[in-house]
Amino acid sequence: MNIDLASASALAFDGLLAALIVWLAWRLLTVADLFRATVLFIVLGLLVALAWVRLRAPDLALAEAAIGAGLTGALLLDTLRRLGPQGAADEAWPLRPTPSRVAGGVLIAAFGSVLAWSVITLPPASSGLAAQAMVALPDSGVSNPVTAALLNYRSHDTLLEVAVLLAAALGVWTLDAEPAPRAAPVDPVLAILVPVLVPLSIITGAYLLWVGSKAPGGAFQGAALIAGGAVLVHLVRPFAVRATFGVRLLLGLGVAVFALAGVVLFVFGAGFLTYPVAQAGWWILGIETFAMLTIAAVLVALFAGSLTSRDARQGQR
Amino acid sequence: MTWLDALSAALIAAGVVFFIAGSVGLLRLPDALSRLHALTKADNLGIGLVALGTALQASSWTDALQIALVWLLALYAASAAGLLVARVAHARQRKGGR
Amino acid sequence: MTTPLIYGLAGVLLVCLGLYGLLAARHVLRRILALNVLGLGVFMLLVSLAARAWPVDPVPHAMVLTGIVVAVSATALALALLRRMAQDARSGRLPEDREP
Repeated sequence: MNIDLASASALAFDGLLAALIVWLAWRLLTVADLFRATVLFIVLGLLVALAWVRLRAPDLALAEAAIGAGLTGALLLDTLRRLGPQGAADEAWPLRPTPSRVAGGVLIAAFGSVLAWSVITLPPASSGLAAQAMVALPDSGVSNPVTAALLNYRSHDTLLEVAVLLAAALGVWTLDAEPAPRAAPVDPVLAILVPVLVPLSIITGAYLLWVGSKAPGGAFQGAALIAGGAVLVHLVRPFAVRATFGVRLLLGLGVAVFALAGVVLFVFGAGFLTYPVAQAGWWILGIETFAMLTIAAVLVALFAGSLTSRDARQGQR
Repeated sequence: MTWLDALSAALIAAGVVFFIAGSVGLLRLPDALSRLHALTKADNLGIGLVALGTALQASSWTDALQIALVWLLALYAASAAGLLVARVAHARQRKGGR
Repeated sequence: MTTPLIYGLAGVLLVCLGLYGLLAARHVLRRILALNVLGLGVFMLLVSLAARAWPVDPVPHAMVLTGIVVAVSATALALALLRRMAQDARSGRLPEDREP
């Protein structure tokens, strides 16, 4: 058992961080101003990323900081801006204790107590699936156990996850019928950031994809970085992600390549998404590359919204 | 504790002091522009000191170089962000209110 | 008292806060924030269970990574629904929560 999990100063730090996280969650749900709540949520995401580091989950820390705090925060702030001042009005807590709220609170408190009691009575050390994961790691094609779990042991889950992302993008496209963005004057301060940060985000994203097989990283973190660069460009010069053929191809490639790999392995190989041990690393890298492109495209599409080509032509008349 | 560890600890502690000073400024100063002034100066210096302290602990020159790059990027993004917030705050102040 | 236990209990608290916020909040954006807090709580619970092992159990990490990405896409869809509702009804609240 690793000793530093129990040292006093580490526990004090963890206790403080956990208390801060819970306090921030409480505050963000109870402040009246929704803008303040959103900013608190972004801070909460960053602190949770710190908690992931303490819980020895560096891949999660990367993803949480980029996607959980960064992209989600950007989405929330963008929605707040579009809602306008009266759309964003809300009342302060404590709310009036109606019977349904009190009943709900009691039920939730009971549920929480049972959950807390079960967490406390769990054994403090338990290997879970770690042993099996480590034993199978040399045959999985990568040396990062999280990447192995994502793209080898539980590859079906990841395939469906990319499909869920695609479904979300389609949903946002169906709902968002926003007028085409006017060519706004480019803010010079933001424009200075773009030539440095955007190429850096692309390079670092590709690097994270490559290094994800041996160190913390992978397709999701790389995609989040690339999407961040694209969102920055959108902030400087707004573009609509129109449903052109190229965009549809980009969005569909992730699921298509993943599923195609599975079918090929099913017909000619050992089973659906069962990689041959000798080339597993290359199969994983190939699938991950297309998955990263699709995930980045979906994240940008979620942020930028879109019009179909037909609406774009109508809007410009 | 070697002298390198002690130096790292001193640098990181100094960085933390600057962060605390910036946070106190955020909480106690009256309007957005003065808060921004306190935050950007103190936090950028704080980041620099913490980065220097951790770079001394790095296991190789490439790691220390990476930390320096991270510090430069953080400085770059933070100064641009500070300027953007200052513009909005200034515009709001000119329209009235804080 | 170990590190995973601390964060596990924090996760339970976040789950309770998120659940109550989801049910009791009036503005839909606050419900979306509560949903995300609920998600963070569940993730924290999963990862703290995984951290009890050494080497760390990677399967809950993969699940939480999937969860983070799905959470952001669900949030984006919910926000698009909110924008559309606010555009049509000029209010950020569901019909049963609006002032008469």
